[in-house]
Order: sequence, then C-alpha cells, then structure tokens
Amino acid sequence: MFFTYFGRYLLLLKSVFRRPEKWRIYWKEIIHEMNEIGVGSLGLIAIISTFVGAVMTMQIAFQLVSDLIPSSVIGQINRDSSILELSPTITALVLAGKVGSSISSQIGSMRVTEQIDALEIMGINAPGYLILPKILAGITMIPMLVIMSIFLALVGGLMGGAFSGAVTPVDYINGITDGFKGYTVAVALVKAFVFGFIITSVSAFKGFYVRGGALEVGQASTRGVVISCISILAADYIVTALML
Amino acid sequence: MIEVQHIHKSFGDNQVLNGIDATFEPGKISLIIGGSGSGKSTLLKCMVGLHTPEQGKVLYDNQDFTRMDFESRIPIRKEIGMLFQNSALFDSMTVEQNIIFPLEMFTEMSKSEKLDRANFCLERVNLAGRNKLYPAELSGGMKKRVGIARAISMSPKYLFVDEPNSGLDPETAILIDELISDLTAEYNCTTVVVTHDMNSVMGIGDYILYLYKGKKWWEGSNKEIAHTDVKELNDFVFASPFMKAARERF
Repeated sequence: MFFTYFGRYLLLLKSVFRRPEKWRIYWKEIIHEMNEIGVGSLGLIAIISTFVGAVMTMQIAFQLVSDLIPSSVIGQINRDSSILELSPTITALVLAGKVGSSISSQIGSMRVTEQIDALEIMGINAPGYLILPKILAGITMIPMLVIMSIFLALVGGLMGGAFSGAVTPVDYINGITDGFKGYTVAVALVKAFVFGFIITSVSAFKGFYVRGGALEVGQASTRGVVISCISILAADYIVTALML
Repeated sequence: MIEVQHIHKSFGDNQVLNGIDATFEPGKISLIIGGSGSGKSTLLKCMVGLHTPEQGKVLYDNQDFTRMDFESRIPIRKEIGMLFQNSALFDSMTVEQNIIFPLEMFTEMSKSEKLDRANFCLERVNLAGRNKLYPAELSGGMKKRVGIARAISMSPKYLFVDEPNSGLDPETAILIDELISDLTAEYNCTTVVVTHDMNSVMGIGDYILYLYKGKKWWEGSNKEIAHTDVKELNDFVFASPFMKAARERF
C-alpha cells in the first residue's frame, strides 16, 4: 500500500517537473503563490515565533538555577534551539496546517468539479500548471519565513527575559552573539527547503487524486496535513543526523 | 472524423465498455445515449483521453490517439473543445479570463486580439458584456454558455459535450441545443454529445449511438429512431406515455 502511494507520488512529481507550456503564465502563478504562502503567513508566523522565543527564555532561565552558570547562557541556548529546531520545525508544522490544507482543498475542489479534466483536455499539463508554482513558492518562501521566525524568536526571547526579569537585555544579547556559528543557519535553511517541498508536494498529491465530492475533499485535506506533519518530523531527524 | 474501434474499459471487475465501434463524422452532431451506467460518459472520457481503454483505438483523422504520449497528444488536444456537465469553469477566473486562458497558453495573440476573440465568443453565445463576472455569479444556463464560449475559443475541430441540458429549464435547453447545432455547422466540427434529453435526440441527432450495458445496441439517425423495433431502445426513448403518444402520431 505504502509503495503504491509513494510510486504515484513520484509519478506525479515527474509530471510536475515536465517543461512548462509557457513560462510567462507559470511565472505569474509563482508570484501569486509566493504571495499566498509567504505574505499570507507572515502575521501568524510572527506571533507564534515571538511567543515561542519569549517562553523558551523563561523556561531556560527556570531550569538554569546554578550561580556558576552565567545568565548569558540563556541567550545562547535560546539562539541555538531557535535556529536549529524550533523555528524551522514549528514554522513548518504550522504551515502544514495552514498552507497544506489550503493546497489540498483547492486542488481537490478543482478535481471534483472537473476543472482539472478541463485543463488536461485543453492539452495543458495539469500537474505542472497547478503544482509546480506551489512547490517553487514553497521552497523559496518557507526558508524566508524561517529566517524571519528565527529573528523574531530571538527578539521575543529578549522581551520575555526583560519583562520577566529572567535575564537582562545586555546578558541576553551577549549570549546570542557569543560563539555564533553561521553553519547552524545553513542547517535551518536546508530544513526549511526540505519542509517547504514536503508541505506543498504532499498536500498537492492528496488533493490531486481526490475522488468523490466535498466530503472526500475535506478528508484528503486532513490526510494531507497529517502525512505532511509526520514527513516533516522524519525529514527533520534525517537532516539533523546528516548535517550535525 | 473520429473513429472508435473495439473499445473495452473496465473499473475493477466492472466491465463498463464492451467492444464499442463507432464513427463520428465532421459537420454532424452525434449523440451518445443510454441509461444510467450504460457507459456513455466513460466512452466520452476514453475518446478525449481522460480514461485509457484496455483494448481498442480512438482515431482522430486516422491518428491513433490512444497510443500517443502526452506530448504527441497536444496538437490534437488543441483542436478539441469540450463542454462539461457542470461546465467546469475555472472559478478563480472571470468569464473573460476563462475564455482567454487557452489562447494565452497556446497562441501568440496580442492582448487586444485575445480580447476581441473573447468578445466574439461571448457574443456568439449571447453573453456579450458579461466579461468581468465570476462563475459563481452566473446561472446554470449562463455557465453552460460560457463553457461553450471557452470550448470554441480555439476554433475546435472536435467538439465534445457532456450532458448539455442537465439541470436546465426546457427553454434554455433548446437554446443550448440550437447553439451546438449552429456551431457545428459554423466550424464544420465533429460534435459528440452525451445526453439523456429526448428533445435533443429528436431535435439535433444526426447520428445516434445507443449504448446498453456497455455494448453498442443500436445506431441510426433521429428519423430512424421513431421506427425502430429494438425493445431496449424503445423502452429507453419512449418511456413516458407522452413520448409513446408522440411516437404514434409521428
């Protein structure tokens, strides 16, 4: 069963990456999807990242009770946790729900109302026209959202530490600047790229092969989110194991 | 001309089409009729390449469409126009964008040429001036007419129509039939219509193919159908007392 689905997924991807009929039209779609996926998710990711950063700072401070450990370590731990794990993974899981369900239901609705059949009869490569712009938008905008998320998580940590008195802003800033390795950001970007591909392609796959009506579109959307989330966590483990 | 040769299609254990042969000629309206589950929509989908038959061929002017890959099918697909049962308009696009879409994909027309063509097609289906409306703002009959306008935007050589009159009032249904008839004559296209509507059968059926349990059961014209003695066909066409009475008078 798993191999049948995985085979269909690979065959769909093969169709997705077929040469576009007209790049100009695809480009318009890519810009539209970048706006939907990237700009449309800015607010949500900003709020979540800021609060996660603030809460992380307070929890780290709560656990570091020894006087021998300088409080700037709170900033260091928050920085590395945000860059390596929290920002890429939480952003991806949130977007799997928001963007993934939207992609599945959009493509699924087009399937059940025969709009995809109409595209195919016109001679248009429906997987390419519908899915390629979403994947390209996902793998470019999700890394950008992750960069923003990292920045806001660190700002949130600064605010959370200052307001709660857990760490002074000076100690916190010393902490996040001490021993910073650019490589960790590269790991975060690789994760974001992989997660962006998973969210868009898996959700599109579930929507593209829907059969039935509105009920099945909803079910496909839910399954798309669940499979995306599990795939994100598995990919997170693999990328971490390979790069760190 | 479209030739269907010995088409077999099944879904799992369910044999839907069982060796269908038929020829659909240009400039004529060919109707595929039959009861629910008789395989008429499946045959149409096999003809346009949405389903792949297990056996048999679909020939477009002697070119074997069934054995072609995606790329080789594109030149034929550009000559196909299709109206779907539920119109299948792209709901994120306006009426005008729906009609222009195939032109944008496959032609190098300028913006004004595309607009002119869209306006021409809309006028042709009596919807001039409705360019900026979205499908959600249209009635069922208007959606069908926009679907026809989109289907003829590329001046099709082959026109496929799936249940054009379903969900329409009788007056609008007759208008749609007349439109299909006029367009077939205008473009000299090979028109294939799947229908349940007996008014269409009697009104525009130059060639009628009756399917029964996945097999070709009868073929002929709308003149011949009134005098046939095939029981299954008579039970289907003249099911109501009104149609029976009409047949006796005919």
